[in-house]
Amino acid sequence: MSQTLTETGRGRTGDKVFSGLTLAAGCLILFVLFCVAAFLLWQALPTFGADPSAISGGNGFWAYIWPIVIGTLIAAAIALVLATPVGVGVALFISHYAPRRLAQGLGYVVDLLAAIPSVVYGAWGIAVLAPALVGPYTWLAENAGWIPIFEGPASQTGKTMLTAGIVLSVMILPIITSLSREIFLQAPKLHEEAALAMGATRWEMIKMAVFPFARPGVISAVMLGLGRALGETMAVAMVLSGGGLIASLIKSGNQTIAAEVALNFPEAYGLRLSELIAAGLVLFVITLAVNMIARWIISRHKEFSGAN
Amino acid sequence: MSKLLTDAPAPAKRNTLTKNQLPGWAIWAVAAGSLILGAAVSSLIGFSLVSWALISAVIFVIAGYVVTLSVEGARKAKDRFATNLIFATFIIAVVPLISVIWTVLQNGIAGLSYNLVFTSMNGMTGMVDNETVANGTEVLGGAYHGIIGTLLITMWATIISVPIGLLTAVYLVEYSKGGALSRGITFFVDVMTGIPSIVAGLFAAALFGLIFGPSTRTGFVAAVALSVLMIPVVVRSTEEMLKIVPNELREASYALGVRKWRTVLKVVVPTAISGIASGVTLAIARIIGETAPLLVTAGFVNSINWNVFGGWMTTLPTYIYRQLMNPTSPTNVEPSMQRAWAAALILIIFVMLLNLFARLIARIFAPKTGR
Amino acid sequence: MKAIRIGRAAAVLSVAALALTACGSDNATGNQAPAGSTDSASTVSGTLSGAGASSQDSAMQAWMAGFTAKNPEANVQYSPDGSGAGRDAFLAGGVQFAGSDAYMDDEEWKQAQEVCGPDGAMNIPGYVSPIAVAFNLEGVDSVNMDAETIAKVFRGEITKWNDEAIASQNEGVELPDTAITVVHRSDESGTTENFVEYLSAAAGDVWTDEVSGDWPAKIQAENAQGTSGVVSTTTATDGAITYADASAVGGLGTVKVKVGEEYVELSAEAASKAVEVATPVEGRSDVDMSLDLERDTTESGAYPIVLVSYHIYCSTYADQNTVDLVKAFGSYVISEEGQQAAQDSAGNAPISETLREQAQKAIDSISVKS
Repeated sequence: MSQTLTETGRGRTGDKVFSGLTLAAGCLILFVLFCVAAFLLWQALPTFGADPSAISGGNGFWAYIWPIVIGTLIAAAIALVLATPVGVGVALFISHYAPRRLAQGLGYVVDLLAAIPSVVYGAWGIAVLAPALVGPYTWLAENAGWIPIFEGPASQTGKTMLTAGIVLSVMILPIITSLSREIFLQAPKLHEEAALAMGATRWEMIKMAVFPFARPGVISAVMLGLGRALGETMAVAMVLSGGGLIASLIKSGNQTIAAEVALNFPEAYGLRLSELIAAGLVLFVITLAVNMIARWIISRHKEFSGAN
Repeated sequence: MSKLLTDAPAPAKRNTLTKNQLPGWAIWAVAAGSLILGAAVSSLIGFSLVSWALISAVIFVIAGYVVTLSVEGARKAKDRFATNLIFATFIIAVVPLISVIWTVLQNGIAGLSYNLVFTSMNGMTGMVDNETVANGTEVLGGAYHGIIGTLLITMWATIISVPIGLLTAVYLVEYSKGGALSRGITFFVDVMTGIPSIVAGLFAAALFGLIFGPSTRTGFVAAVALSVLMIPVVVRSTEEMLKIVPNELREASYALGVRKWRTVLKVVVPTAISGIASGVTLAIARIIGETAPLLVTAGFVNSINWNVFGGWMTTLPTYIYRQLMNPTSPTNVEPSMQRAWAAALILIIFVMLLNLFARLIARIFAPKTGR
Repeated sequence: MKAIRIGRAAAVLSVAALALTACGSDNATGNQAPAGSTDSASTVSGTLSGAGASSQDSAMQAWMAGFTAKNPEANVQYSPDGSGAGRDAFLAGGVQFAGSDAYMDDEEWKQAQEVCGPDGAMNIPGYVSPIAVAFNLEGVDSVNMDAETIAKVFRGEITKWNDEAIASQNEGVELPDTAITVVHRSDESGTTENFVEYLSAAAGDVWTDEVSGDWPAKIQAENAQGTSGVVSTTTATDGAITYADASAVGGLGTVKVKVGEEYVELSAEAASKAVEVATPVEGRSDVDMSLDLERDTTESGAYPIVLVSYHIYCSTYADQNTVDLVKAFGSYVISEEGQQAAQDSAGNAPISETLREQAQKAIDSISVKS
């Protein structure tokens, strides 16, 4: 290390070059994002200036977009509600419960699952999941039909919002698990051992030493999953038998923005194209809002981060 | 309570340490009881394997809690409850995942032939498929061009995004002082994760359209589109991994007089390399299966193309999608389905290899720890 | 530095993977290359790019294979992005030809004049495919329906297979008391547009919705993506009815549609006939062949639910080589041989002799931009 001390000039240059590089990379990202946003706005602009009757549905853009915004949120919410506890649970299982050898193998399998293309999840949803859910849906409609979300008659193909939500949750599960696992593994070993030494049970140790440390990271992981759930096109387009906005999750109906764009994009031109890109812009804004909320939550827990 | 314990088979040498503890077999007894009770309840509402498993699991989790609560006290009970719950989530997660893999294997293995891996679809028409079905011969035509396309495009996307993503993450964690710029970058990287993939494709197509003339479709355009999707995942995961590198390590390095950039490269990044490799793998995995942006940026061809900078390219996901949605022969779709599933299997195998590779990197570069 | 190492390692991995698979071949069918082709007259070379409708994708594969076999120097690529995307790419000059389920509208026609010269572009009908109204009903292979009944079924106004409206047209057929499940396309498509156009023209009293490639939003029904999607959903559901390209319906039953006084069964000939009696669109160049189909035709033996997919070419191209290439490909597509290849492969209907002559004349008129 004495070398570094004597050659101060070189070291300083290295520092400057390196920090300059990192800064440039950050700025490049901002620039690209700016370009994407500008592109979206530029392409979507005709929609906002157009005559309301010219928009699909004939009642203007907002009347067209709000049902599918709600649909998108419903799908993402189902996916998150199902995937978050399970994903975090599996991550904990791998990091703190399973035997080490088994845990490595499992981590490997989970990483692998993140890579299955969405087309395959979609095909699986149609071929395996949807038919399997027809029975439970019928049962739900008969026995829990008084709850609006289970109102019957249930779909006879099983291609409903709930099915799409389940497919999405399976898709984002590996993302949440994979990142959470890494975070849990990095929890300070000393804290964990100290907690155990004080006589804490394993669960108490996790609650006291692992969770506070990992919370921002886990929220990040969930947000990444949410990003995929919101933007997922092919799987939803294939699985969901879409339609107008309805409360029941076990009838065909509802639609998500991404699927709407993917389904109609190929044959779209002119104003319709601009409409679909405007829908993409709305999705963009939704993600923005969701991320702002997540950032706000994380910032409240900043004191646990290692590098502050 | 003590009565229960005296019933245990080996209570011969009881001391104060094992007092108020459930014997080892107790949890298995609870499990067996739950299974029987689960079978009874599920047969009441119409028996099926899934409902049996679900009801048994619920009973098991509750019963485990109650039994432990009665013997070992509230704290232990809570621990038992959490343990069971975590095991349960694991089982719940494994069921659909195994189902997906099983479906792919079942449908894919049949099609995984020499033809599929080593030939393209050049010259394939519905007529050939019709004859195949009529004569019952081997399915011709393959995904070789898709394999090449996927490898090349993914490689270029990785070459573009990993350095940018890594450097940005380093800037965010090590160099920024929490200023407006870094907060802006963090925030907009998050926003970038939400770009619908088709929009990224359109953006790249429009960008290259402006520079090289309309409808420029090459593998490189697709790589740029995929980079837009990949960079935020790389930044986000790397940032998290760098953040949890203990400050003590940095301070120790500074105390030895090591320059900051060398500290970052020699201490911080290697400490986090396992997580970074995992994050990069995840990012590649995220984009290797993209379909929509590739159709508008790389086009779709049936012949082999090795040139990323000229000519259209096919990738495995677009190949799968096309074979599923527009079978080569509309009247006989089976050969196309077979090719699609087999191609999906190949894609998964690739990601598997990639994963192994990332782990290898992590193992080589990671500093030795006690873990 | 680490990044570079990882990048290098990634490159090594990729190269290794590529090396492993470097023995791939472009000769998928295992045929010998037709070296001494009998057709020695055509020696065009170069690459022709097209984009557009996915409906003609399967036929396009056959055309590309057949054309390349005859002209080993030439290469055709086609991206089935969709009609709208194809026309956009064509008008932007990105591809040399487009495939489209609808002919260019007037605005696009004007834009085409900027790209292609004063004579604009030409729409040549190259792919004709009857749309089957297909259903899955145990023990029933064929059902007679008039346009009004079909419209009511798809609007959900007729909900049972043994409804009086259906039964009265099908004496002697045992219709079960099964509920009708309507399955429509969830994606915007030329098939939907042509089907709805037929309903709107032939049963205007019942079908009051606007004609578009999107299924009317207020008619709530089951749906699926793509032709293969609706067919598989229908096949899996008893009592389901859908509309799809005739070539893809497989073992499903099909509806005989009432035209004039008789019920016409779906066939390639009946579809060709409907296209033959169509009227050309006014106000285009002499060689343009945009057609308005008469959906409410009473012509005997014509099957009116037909999808006509066009090939859109420029009237002039910048250089002689492209002109030769386009002419050779265009002629091959409409030739008897090309249409036969498409029929064998995709199961569509061949175009009639009269249309072929007209189309050949149009393609012959393509020239170099002066």
